[in-house]
Amino acid sequence: MTQAGPDAGRVGPGNFVRSFRHSTRMRKLLTRPMAKPLLFGLALLPFIWLVYGAATQSLGANPAEALIRSTGDWTLRFLCLVLLVTPLRVVSSTPALARFRRMLGLFVYFYAVLHLLCYGWLDMGFDIADIARDIVKRPFILVGFSAFVLLSLLAATSFNRAIKRMGARRWQLLHRLVYVVSVLAVLHFFWMRAGKNDFAEVAVYAAILGSLLVWRLVHARRGKPR
Amino acid sequence: MTNSNMRRAFIHDRPSEITPQGVYLRRRQLIQALAGGAAGTAMASWALRDALAQAPRPGKLAALPGVRSAVAGAATMEKLTDYKDASSYNNFYEFGTDKADPAQNAHTLKTTPWTVEIEGQVKKPGKYAIEDLLKLSAQEERVYRLRCVEGWSMVIPWVGYSLAELIRKVEPLGNAKYLEFVTLADKKVMSGVGSRVLDWPYVEGLRMDEAMHPLAMLSFGMYGEVLPNQNGAPVRLVVPWKYGFKSGKSLVKIRFVEKQPATAWNRAAPGEYGFFSNVNPDVDHPRWSQATERRIGEDGLFTKKRKTLMFNGYASQVDQLYAGMDLRKFY
Repeated sequence: MTQAGPDAGRVGPGNFVRSFRHSTRMRKLLTRPMAKPLLFGLALLPFIWLVYGAATQSLGANPAEALIRSTGDWTLRFLCLVLLVTPLRVVSSTPALARFRRMLGLFVYFYAVLHLLCYGWLDMGFDIADIARDIVKRPFILVGFSAFVLLSLLAATSFNRAIKRMGARRWQLLHRLVYVVSVLAVLHFFWMRAGKNDFAEVAVYAAILGSLLVWRLVHARRGKPR
Repeated sequence: MTNSNMRRAFIHDRPSEITPQGVYLRRRQLIQALAGGAAGTAMASWALRDALAQAPRPGKLAALPGVRSAVAGAATMEKLTDYKDASSYNNFYEFGTDKADPAQNAHTLKTTPWTVEIEGQVKKPGKYAIEDLLKLSAQEERVYRLRCVEGWSMVIPWVGYSLAELIRKVEPLGNAKYLEFVTLADKKVMSGVGSRVLDWPYVEGLRMDEAMHPLAMLSFGMYGEVLPNQNGAPVRLVVPWKYGFKSGKSLVKIRFVEKQPATAWNRAAPGEYGFFSNVNPDVDHPRWSQATERRIGEDGLFTKKRKTLMFNGYASQVDQLYAGMDLRKFY
């Protein structure tokens, strides 16, 4: 798959991007009709694994906590993935990657919905009054819930008719809210871990999302289109 | 009492094993109360408890049997948490912050030889070997609720005796107002001690009257066996009316001091963890509610969480310790 040349065989990000760019086979793979269903299936794997774990009681001593935390983790992971699409597409000149952006974005929402559902159901027993009190009372919950509300807006305007009706410019402006969502999501996670002074994992997500946002800033300043 | 227990009770290797007169008199009072019928229901539940089959010994570690405790509140009738859950879902940050970490990493801990140093305002300071501590008083089995500050709970049959037994033995001086408990922090065997999560060693504290309360326990075992390393072997504190983190694990030093000790969590997050940290459903943690709890291994995934009780259900035994105190202020 690697291009033959002086760089061939050397491992490094530059090499990876180059090989990606010049690999016609990779491009063909991305434009195959099967590519989307395949990604869909892969993105569902964590969900299937969690349902299986809950059904077979293999999620440890506190399955409720495990479900709430895992769905939160997967929301963050898909957020990283969806924000990786554009930088990877531009750097590797692989426009075909754009095909997967919406689906990945909707998977962010899917896992966020599961996360909220697990919290509301397993932790709060679906007591709406209690949940409402909890959201207002605790900044950590409020921040998470705000991110969810913003994500709902994005998910609700994710189909083609919405783009047409809003106009591409306004739609794009609205969907830049995903940057706000990623800041809120990291803050939510940070606050949750703050009590244990345990920021190792938070730092990983903050670094990934931060560098993806910084790349966009730098890229925009260079004046290159999109 | 069985015949063998009686025989054991009258043979004393050392004078310290002889029941102090105060304890002896209190036991008499208890027996009188029982005979008077005032505690008839308590007695009935005792009898029932005896009749119930206890969880079978897990058979993993050395046996450490205990006689049934006569301390009021020391034998809840609730269903015991599975040994597997109690020994695999632990907060013991010296071995990692994930609750699965201690069970995986704590095998490196060496529990023999082990000494607990007593220092500060006492007549008899010094290093006490674990073998002597084990024999200091009769080992009792006590079934306590354990409520973690994180909102989950367990029911655990501990083996040990009242911390008060040790305190009386070392004879605190009049100016000893607090006890400071220092736990092991050995980088060589504890993988988490290198982290900056807390200032090591982990330090906890109790006020003297709290420490003297018969429910406050020095524990050496659980489920009829010596403590697994991840649960705080070879000796730990168990204070059932306070959040679990107050019960320091793998104790190496107890200091008798005049001033309230600076405890590990209080220093790390003073707004979240106070010195007292009594279980209190009315005082929320800043980031979550303390009104309810999830009983590990018992409540189903979709069962509503159960209500947390004041002082973890030990209010009738301990609330006089806090008479007149504003528990919102002294959380």
